[in-house]
Amino acid sequence: MYDTEQLFSMKAGTTTLGIAETVWRVAVGQPRRMLRLFSSRIAAGFPSPADDHLEGPLDLNAYLAPHPAATFVVRVTGDSMVRAGIRDGDLLVVDRAREAASGAIVVAVVDGELTVKRLRVGREGIRLEAENPAYPPIVVHEHTELVIWGVVAHAIRSY
Amino acid sequence: MFALVDCNNFYASCERVFQPALEGRPIVVLSNNDGCVVARSAEAKALGIPMGKPWFKVAPAVRGAGVVVFSSNYALYGEFSRRVMQTLTQFSPRLEVYSIDECFLDVGGHRGDLTALGQAIARTVRRWTGIPVSVGIAPTKTLAKVANRLAKKGQAGQGPVCHWGEVAAPREALAALAVEDIWGIAARWGGRLRQAGVATALALAEADPSWLRRLGGVVLERIGRELAGCSCLPLELVPPAKKQIMVSRSFGERLSSLTDLQGAVAAFAARAGVKLRRERLRAQAVTVFVQTSPFADAEPWYANGVTLVLERPTQDSGRLVQCAQEGLTRIFRPGLRYQKAGVLLMDLTPAGAEQGLLFASQTPDSPATMRLMTCVDTLNREPARRVVCHARELVSTRWQMRQQRKSVNRPTDWAHLPVVHA
Repeated sequence: MYDTEQLFSMKAGTTTLGIAETVWRVAVGQPRRMLRLFSSRIAAGFPSPADDHLEGPLDLNAYLAPHPAATFVVRVTGDSMVRAGIRDGDLLVVDRAREAASGAIVVAVVDGELTVKRLRVGREGIRLEAENPAYPPIVVHEHTELVIWGVVAHAIRSY
Repeated sequence: MFALVDCNNFYASCERVFQPALEGRPIVVLSNNDGCVVARSAEAKALGIPMGKPWFKVAPAVRGAGVVVFSSNYALYGEFSRRVMQTLTQFSPRLEVYSIDECFLDVGGHRGDLTALGQAIARTVRRWTGIPVSVGIAPTKTLAKVANRLAKKGQAGQGPVCHWGEVAAPREALAALAVEDIWGIAARWGGRLRQAGVATALALAEADPSWLRRLGGVVLERIGRELAGCSCLPLELVPPAKKQIMVSRSFGERLSSLTDLQGAVAAFAARAGVKLRRERLRAQAVTVFVQTSPFADAEPWYANGVTLVLERPTQDSGRLVQCAQEGLTRIFRPGLRYQKAGVLLMDLTPAGAEQGLLFASQTPDSPATMRLMTCVDTLNREPARRVVCHARELVSTRWQMRQQRKSVNRPTDWAHLPVVHA
């Protein structure tokens, strides 16, 4: 399967600066992400000062999921993380390639369920903290295994 | 040097990623419609649940064992397969995706400890995708398969990784491997090889290559050489052209009317056409087959098929559908309850090979037909969405899949994303 995108020539005044290009990219099972290549041919007149700085449209995939194979989108149910800005119904972009450091918001396995909490690793041990005073922290006892499923990289809320 | 990365109990592992509570529980995955066991977790294998048997026959024996049953969810497995293969590309630019859950990597360019590389591969795939894998590393693809088997059985001592060069007793390992369990040995060869005195992988590795060639042709000779450590099978970076294309399904319920079977066979022929065009091939022979259930003891068993040969090879779904309908009318017997049907395309040739033919009439499909097919394929490109189809497909859709126990988590569907609790 191929993704193709036509780039059309740009007009500056009456001078055509860019030439049309078709960019082909073999998508070996990768999410559709456009790759833009630019080339310019100056027919006449002054070169555009922007010519060397064209970057193409913003690519949300590249921004939200730098590790596409390791990135999952999940939906939140519950209100224990509201003070971290995570509300019921939000989408979370979870990056499983990212290291889980103390202070990170993580998806962890608690009682066989996927749970989102803030990870705290300190002298007093490991805790999963809610961001809502109504919920007590989950203390990870010694000799018990804590599975961090992934690190929350972004939250998406639609209005 | 080759590394074979093989996902452990792949379908069951996919089901577990979003349902960690299933960790440690026996899981079986059933084929759609007929409900036969097509995949098992390690725990289900330990219970002695056999492959290929209908679940209703297996279930009584394991009642109370807490077996979790899923209908197969190929969208989910395909998505995880894609992620695993994508993760593997960072370890070698040269890889051959061998099946939905297996991949060969050329690791010949790697400087450093190969066992450590294997462990990094297993760790990264597990962490990034959630899927556990085993890695076998060896100088030939066939030995990489053997090494992977050792790794899976935990006989390598390096966790999920086995580097053939570090196996303490390689001769004993080959001697313990039955000849039928070697990669590439067809089941029917087993008896012949045993008769000739070759019962194990070791016997095959030590056999005279020219004698093997006389016994089983160049294929067997290569397997022998590969087991002896001489690489004969290169990485297939471009998948070989398909020899045949098959689309068959068991029905959601038994079907008796010709109309219901027509709808099914038309849909299978159209689907086969999509596959054909994706592979850039043309077909000149179309086989249609139907059968009743082999498990319905009280009913007569009927299975029949017919092959129709076209005048010219084609890529046109319309002609394939038409052909399949004609075949169906020849083998259909009224009064039976059919359980399965299928369409098989054979005599495949690459499309475009005859470009520049002298006479336009020899062109298999008209340019207008080809444009139509391209257009239909583009419209239907979204998976599981059929925008345009042949009218024949709509005469009946009663054959369609029954997937009562399909997992609801769909990482590729905004409406059914996995849920996390906050």
